[in-house]
Amino acid sequence: MSTLLPKSQRPRNLERSRGLFDPELSRQALKEAFRKLNPRLMAKNPVMFVVEVGTVVVLYLTVRSALTQPSQFAYGAAIFVLLLLTLLFANFAEALAEARGRAQAQSLRAARADLKALRLTEDGVEEVSSTVLRRGDRVRVGEGQFIPADGEVIEGLAIVDESAITGESAPVVREAGSDFNGITAGTRVLTGQIVLEVTSNPGESFLDRMIGLVEGAARQKTPNEIALTVLLAALTAIFLIVTITLLPFSLYAGQGISLTTLVALLVCLIPTTIGGLLSAIGIAGMDRALRANVIAKSGRAVEVAGDIDTLLLDKTGTITLGDRQATEFIPVQGVGRERLAWAALAASLHDTTPEGKSIVRLAREQGAQLEEASLAGSKGLEFTAQTRMSGTDLPGGIRLRKGASDRIAELARQAGNPVPPDLTLRVEEVARRGATPLVVAENERVLGVVALSDIVKSGIRERFAQLRRMGLRTVMITGDNPLTAQAIAKEAGVDDYIAEAKPEDKLRLIHEEQTKGHLVAMMGDGTNDAPALAQADVGLAMNSGTQAAKEAANMIDLDSDPTKLLEVVEIGKQLLITRGALTTFSVANDVAKFFAILPAIFVGAYPELQALNIMRLATPQSAILSAVIFNALIIPLLIPLALRGVSYRPIGADALLWRNLLIYGLGGVVVPFIGIKLIDLILVGISRL
Amino acid sequence: MLAGVVQILIVLILMTGLAALVGGYLARVFTLPGHWALERLTYRLLGIDPVEKMSWQRYASALVLTNLLMMLLGYLLLRLQGWLPLNPGHLPPQSPDLAFNTAASFVTNTNWQSYAGETSLSNFSQMAVITFLMFVSAATGLAAGGAFIRALSRAGFAAIGNFWVDLTRVTYRVLLPLSFVLAVVYVQQGVPQTLSAGVLATTLEGAPQQIVLGPVASLESIKHIGTNGGGFFNTNAAHPYENPTPLTNALHILAMLLIPSALTYTFGSMLVRRRQGWLFFGTFLVLFVGFLALVYTAEQRGNPLLSKVGADQSLTAGQSGGNLEGKELRFGIAQTSLFITTTTAATTGSVNAMHDSLTPLGGLVPLAQMMLNVVFGGEGVGFINLVQYVILAVFIIGLMVGRTPEFLGKKLEAKEVSLTTLALLAHPASILGFTALALVWPGALSSLGNPGAHGFSEVLYAYTSGTANNGSAFAGLNANTPFYNTTLGLAMLFGRFLTLLPMLAVAGSLAAKRSLPQTAGSFSTETGLFGGVLVLVILIVGGLTFFPALALGPIVEHLQMLAGKTF
Repeated sequence: MSTLLPKSQRPRNLERSRGLFDPELSRQALKEAFRKLNPRLMAKNPVMFVVEVGTVVVLYLTVRSALTQPSQFAYGAAIFVLLLLTLLFANFAEALAEARGRAQAQSLRAARADLKALRLTEDGVEEVSSTVLRRGDRVRVGEGQFIPADGEVIEGLAIVDESAITGESAPVVREAGSDFNGITAGTRVLTGQIVLEVTSNPGESFLDRMIGLVEGAARQKTPNEIALTVLLAALTAIFLIVTITLLPFSLYAGQGISLTTLVALLVCLIPTTIGGLLSAIGIAGMDRALRANVIAKSGRAVEVAGDIDTLLLDKTGTITLGDRQATEFIPVQGVGRERLAWAALAASLHDTTPEGKSIVRLAREQGAQLEEASLAGSKGLEFTAQTRMSGTDLPGGIRLRKGASDRIAELARQAGNPVPPDLTLRVEEVARRGATPLVVAENERVLGVVALSDIVKSGIRERFAQLRRMGLRTVMITGDNPLTAQAIAKEAGVDDYIAEAKPEDKLRLIHEEQTKGHLVAMMGDGTNDAPALAQADVGLAMNSGTQAAKEAANMIDLDSDPTKLLEVVEIGKQLLITRGALTTFSVANDVAKFFAILPAIFVGAYPELQALNIMRLATPQSAILSAVIFNALIIPLLIPLALRGVSYRPIGADALLWRNLLIYGLGGVVVPFIGIKLIDLILVGISRL
Repeated sequence: MLAGVVQILIVLILMTGLAALVGGYLARVFTLPGHWALERLTYRLLGIDPVEKMSWQRYASALVLTNLLMMLLGYLLLRLQGWLPLNPGHLPPQSPDLAFNTAASFVTNTNWQSYAGETSLSNFSQMAVITFLMFVSAATGLAAGGAFIRALSRAGFAAIGNFWVDLTRVTYRVLLPLSFVLAVVYVQQGVPQTLSAGVLATTLEGAPQQIVLGPVASLESIKHIGTNGGGFFNTNAAHPYENPTPLTNALHILAMLLIPSALTYTFGSMLVRRRQGWLFFGTFLVLFVGFLALVYTAEQRGNPLLSKVGADQSLTAGQSGGNLEGKELRFGIAQTSLFITTTTAATTGSVNAMHDSLTPLGGLVPLAQMMLNVVFGGEGVGFINLVQYVILAVFIIGLMVGRTPEFLGKKLEAKEVSLTTLALLAHPASILGFTALALVWPGALSSLGNPGAHGFSEVLYAYTSGTANNGSAFAGLNANTPFYNTTLGLAMLFGRFLTLLPMLAVAGSLAAKRSLPQTAGSFSTETGLFGGVLVLVILIVGGLTFFPALALGPIVEHLQMLAGKTF
């Protein structure tokens, strides 16, 4: 049984494997489009609800005209069909977005479907299906087995292959009691055996919640979506007044307009383009987050992400590689560099910390060597809180020690050896560079300093520069002393840093930033990050983190990638820009529609108004039909844009506005003139046949 | 033409200077803590607590109640006119619908007159109703404008000021002194200021002529400073006693624009965002100059039908040329165009020419400006109206740059958007709704002075003028019927309060919000780019709303004129 999906079908690649109009999803969406005609569902969207009411009115008028004015029947029927199409297109857009979101989430869920689980009971172990596991159940997972449910490791340590979920091939360590105890269903234990506690009931996992967010019934509108809906409703109301009053106006002018034409005009004027695509845009935003392997717990979180102006980042793991690395050996006066390198190598032989290993690596690179014999008989001295140093005793009675400078200096003094006068200078030098000085001694005589430096991740400086162009300020948090913190902050290019910070300080800091009016995002994984994650406007928890952190956060990153915040911010901005662009486009379209329809309906009363027919549309009827057809067709034509989102570039607000105004504002004015004229030409062509 | 443009430029430059001067003064009126002795006396007499801090709800209810009471008082006085003193002509009371219309008109700063002043109102009514309301309606608008700006200047603090204090200060410190100074200048220029009823003159033919005099100068000053507009004489500011010299004509224009333009500076000053204040001023000015250019060129071009039959309408050294029908020759086309643009921009409604006689495109300008209602606008409310569109523009711009929208660093959410759109909606609903009603109401069409598109324009103009609280009339329409009196009265009340109250609520809501700092990702509203977008939003939203109505009125008239159609 292998639930590991082949690479081509991994979640990240869904975009490529399934086109925007994937036949299967489109078929589902088409069915849904009809179901969504239900007025009770429609009423959630005031713009399209008005269209639906109008459609029913036109249907009634058309049926009635079949009996009384057969000449008007064809026109009425055509308008009715077009209005119905408008509704279906809008519903289709929403349903397609939902279907894609669902498919995306389900492909993540597929990895965990129906696995066998070994549940621990009071009298032993029973084998059950993963679907019956409930919150609080304990499950044992051994080597080569799949994790049956989301949970927390409570016993043991395992190396886990998470590639099915994250697409990342390097295995990760998950260990009880650490900040990396979160474990995801569908991943596989490579080595080790663990007991995990299930953290969610069936159907209640974060992924299930996210699926709920994209589906119609449970979906709640986000604050900005509500505000925009209000605005669109108000525009609809204005155009309702404009069209209704046109009836008395036309009666006064001596030629009443037919109700069918009025409804057609109304539907053309109200912002159906954005009204029809609005919910699809929101769902697609969630979907894009999911594609980036981020599970958002609310639509609001994605929306707020676009507003974030302050990023709080942990130094370790986010800005720098996880651990400090030895970068330089600095001997005191009278000692050779080779000697120091050798001593440092020997002192670190039994040191298994990443720092110790990096000393060994650096020493070997610089040519230091140790004979096999001394290696075999050596004895390691582990670091303890009491000794505050570590080291090695070589067989020949050579004692090598390394530790903080004050401790080693004390050691030398106790042995009656002088502390080299330039030691303090060397140590300070290292600290000023942002590195940690480690002093090495041989037989209680100080040899020199090893500089342990944080290695800033490659490319991080460019990312911060990009963030700055997007209007975001980055604040680095570190437990280091101010000197070190400053040096790293400078190297990484963050805007601000907080040194000597304790985990609790994050919460206070977020609070402070928020009081100043900033919207703060942070990423975290540990249990002591949980309060800060909850307080942050966007709290992104790493999937590898503790359950507490994941509960507190409003987004979870399946890849556990600390730089993911950048993508999340972009997705949020893209979501808002798409809404704004399509609203502008929709309203700008009205200019051309006025020039098409107004002369058409009043040319009988005032022949001079023909001058306003600047598109030279053939007949009043073809003009009205062309406008309505354009209005209906533009919705499916814009579905790709709504689902993919308008592209976002960090070029500054003014440049962005210019760009979008030109494309969607000016474009929105020009495109319908061309489109309506073309449709009119086609209609004329058809009628000649 | 050059002389005309220079005249206009001089006036606009003076206006800009005065805006900064008076705007700074207004900012002090709205913010200084101390009270004048006269004010303290007033507060004590009326039992007002001048230190009370009002929420927007309290402020708005004080405003509405005061206005309601004053309107009721005005209505009663007009209804009881026959039994009240100072009625030498023994004029009968106004009919219920006319009294309602008059009271609504003056309490809303509209000053639409369905009646002829001389033959309908006693001296007591003129003083106790008309002049009184002219002051307090202007004071109400300006107080609301001040409170609105004060609210925008606050963050995390829900109180927006004290209505009683604002009203008192605006009256004592702004309207009374300004009106007094202006009245003195008017008197110097030859505007009558007397309590004698008039003089009897003998004409060249030997016939006796009664020339009406009265306290004209004092009325003229508050009429324009308070953007009121009702005239002493029926021909309003075209009358030589209301507007005797080119200087008084220029002063009329400057007085009308004085406070609406100054409030942009007051805004910049009170929020310490001077650039933003000037940007709003610039927005007003761009729209103003655009409309002015339209009416000026349309009037100067004259009527092509007259040219066809041989009339010379060209501008030469010997003649002003253009369309002079209904214009006072003393002012010429440039000064008349400027006056027309000003009076309908600042919603004053006084006229120095007959708007009914403008060319179709010239006539479109007053209509369009009142429909937009944001080209400087009325006392205090003009600025508030501008902010409606600013919020709309900022909302769309915010989205387009990828931020949830904010204005002055405050997030715009569903609440602010609903209130703003409510205010935006009330204006077209009233104008188009009542116009449509008048067109189908039995008998209402018999008031029309002209058939066809021009008749439509007359009705449209009346309700636009009423809703925009302008008060100017296109003339041609006999509005003194129960139907028009009632519906126009309602239009004035809707236009005034259904935009003012929601916007005060918006201000109150914004005042309570915390302010977010500007970052590189947020959009600055202090740039020319924003000004440009704002102008576009105003024109597009206004245009889309009113284009059909304008197409059936002035635009079709213009096309008919070009096609050579006559009636």
